[in-house]
Amino acid sequence: MDLTFSAEETTFRDELRAWLEANPAGAPPHGDEDAQYGWRREWQRRLADAGWAAVHWPREHGGRGATLTQSAIYYEELASAGAPLPANVLGLLLAGPTIMTWGTPEQQERHLIPILTAEEIWCQGFSEPDAGSDLAALKTRAVQDGDEWVITGQKVWTSMAQYAKWCMLVARTDADAPKKHQGLTYFLMDMEQDGVEIVPLKQITGESEFNELFLDGARVPAENVLGGVGNGWKVALTTLMNERSGLAFFLQVRMRQLLDRLIGEAAERGLLEDPVVADRLGDLHLRCEVLRLTAYRGLTAIETYGQPGPEGSLTKWMWSETNQALTQLAADLLGPEALTAGAPWAFELLRARGNSIEGGTTEVLKNIVAERVLGLPRLK
Amino acid sequence: MHFDLTEDQKEIKRVARELLAARSSWARVREAAEAGAAYDEELWRELCGLGWPGIAVSEQFGGQGLGAVELAVLLEELGYACAATPFLSSAAAAAAIQACGSDAQRARWLPALAAGEATAGIGTRALCADGIGAEVLVLLERPSGEAMLVTGAECAPLETIDPTRRYATVSGGDAEPLGGRGGAEAVAGAERVRTAVAAEVVGIAQRAVEMTLAYVKERRQFGVPVGAFQAVQNRCAQMLLETESARSTALFAAWAADAAPERLAEAAALAAAAAADGGRSVTASAIQAHGGIGFTWEADVHWLYKRAQLDAALLGGARRHRAALATLAAARVAQVA
Repeated sequence: MDLTFSAEETTFRDELRAWLEANPAGAPPHGDEDAQYGWRREWQRRLADAGWAAVHWPREHGGRGATLTQSAIYYEELASAGAPLPANVLGLLLAGPTIMTWGTPEQQERHLIPILTAEEIWCQGFSEPDAGSDLAALKTRAVQDGDEWVITGQKVWTSMAQYAKWCMLVARTDADAPKKHQGLTYFLMDMEQDGVEIVPLKQITGESEFNELFLDGARVPAENVLGGVGNGWKVALTTLMNERSGLAFFLQVRMRQLLDRLIGEAAERGLLEDPVVADRLGDLHLRCEVLRLTAYRGLTAIETYGQPGPEGSLTKWMWSETNQALTQLAADLLGPEALTAGAPWAFELLRARGNSIEGGTTEVLKNIVAERVLGLPRLK
Repeated sequence: MHFDLTEDQKEIKRVARELLAARSSWARVREAAEAGAAYDEELWRELCGLGWPGIAVSEQFGGQGLGAVELAVLLEELGYACAATPFLSSAAAAAAIQACGSDAQRARWLPALAAGEATAGIGTRALCADGIGAEVLVLLERPSGEAMLVTGAECAPLETIDPTRRYATVSGGDAEPLGGRGGAEAVAGAERVRTAVAAEVVGIAQRAVEMTLAYVKERRQFGVPVGAFQAVQNRCAQMLLETESARSTALFAAWAADAAPERLAEAAALAAAAAADGGRSVTASAIQAHGGIGFTWEADVHWLYKRAQLDAALLGGARRHRAALATLAAARVAQVA
């Protein structure tokens, strides 16, 4: 057991830290979401130029062939430096690795570099109004028409659709397949066409991180099928398996920074003397550390056994509950000023409600733990 | 970064699990408990013969020369078995004296503790585990947080809800700080003792999870195993979360004790807070998930619940450690600002 970084890991961290110090992302620009996004896109270009955009990608595709631990270090350092995630995060984390696993040489040649440089942004067309946690229930249809597929249906929770050139789209190509996760196909869909309509979804924060996607006769050439017709469920699982690994460390550091901010503001108000306040802050500190330690245990398990141990299913659940408790405590301690429209704490409070829904609801995560980790029977 | 036991440590764990499964069944634990907190003397002699109490004592003093992580591995297994022996106190005291004691204290106590010729007690004057019959006590002094070596004290039996272990109240005796001088070493000694108790709690929680899973897969109501109901499943998932949280922090503290002593204060507080609350919550859930059976003497889950309660008391409760963590985090924030 060794909870220090190895020589290679330390070298990696120091090199990255030095680069981040010399090349700060700077403060986010004032202005609308487009300005913010432009800033993150420019940030990714700088990262890509220096070889820091996709450390977990193999070297042949412009990455650094980073180990899981190095990848974790990457996200921790990015967050610690106050830098944003690269703009094309879905492309880097999801589309790229999925295309590397399932793509033809032509598809890899066509797509990987523009993903890396943020020249082409990607979004994810999985969830539908009636297919959230139950993804295999999706209804969007793809019908073959000569060398093309014609797509009709609706997707929802599509973040970055307004900036995206491409969409990872899963659609039903065989409605008669005996089981619902059969007969699905994974498409690389060009967003810039008439059959694609993007409608921003206003969320409880008032912002629009997500969109609805209305597909009415959108066309995808046959060469843009990924992983073969009818194989969409397996390809989609590759995407989903990639979803929660490295990002957890970024979010974990962000939560730590938020807690430190709360502790600072509580101290300024002289609230730390209150034993109830100290108890609750101490509890949040404990939960943040448990999350960090457990996430590292999960990495070791994957590196050693090729799959996460029982602790691996717990971190997303822990993170969402802790972030919600943290932002709620901020509202308790800071009073009305934390609830003022536009106040940063008010935004965090509302945004945190999404944490236990996005990327797998806590209810579904508990079901997964119960069935796959604890081996409990499923109710027929 | 490798946050897992080494192959050697896993081997120790496997051997301990097998030995205790064979020697310390629930029937044996119950027998010792029902005899009025008697220890399983035969088991204790066997563990001493194997050199377990001296696992973290250097070879110079007749120990195994291993460290806090190996001690934690054994403690988890003793907790898992809920074994009725003075192992926790003797091994934890020996480890603390080895790491933080003065030369004289080491020479005086380690050979006898490692060989099992003497036993030790740990805790406070109000609640001392394994104090009866012990030749030396490692007691926490408040508010300094130092560990004191106490000899010649009077230990009065304290009957608690946990008859799988002997407890006492302590009066009188000669006390000197661990390390002789007081201050950082003596405080670190107390942190090592808490780290050891937290490791035992991980084993208690692990056993509670496993017993519960076995039960809810077996027990049928409404024509299905009760473990098929989501309310039961969610409770079990929560038990896993709390057990793994305690494990992450207990391993971190055991590792820090030897490899990163400058992080031990924080790590031990994390481990103590997670274990004190987690152990009680997981074992309470075990009783609930067992239904009516869980409330009976025969079901044996209550031994785990009772041990978890007393261990939480030995740890001083979670609140104290959460307050310490808040102070520590605030100091760190103030330093950066």
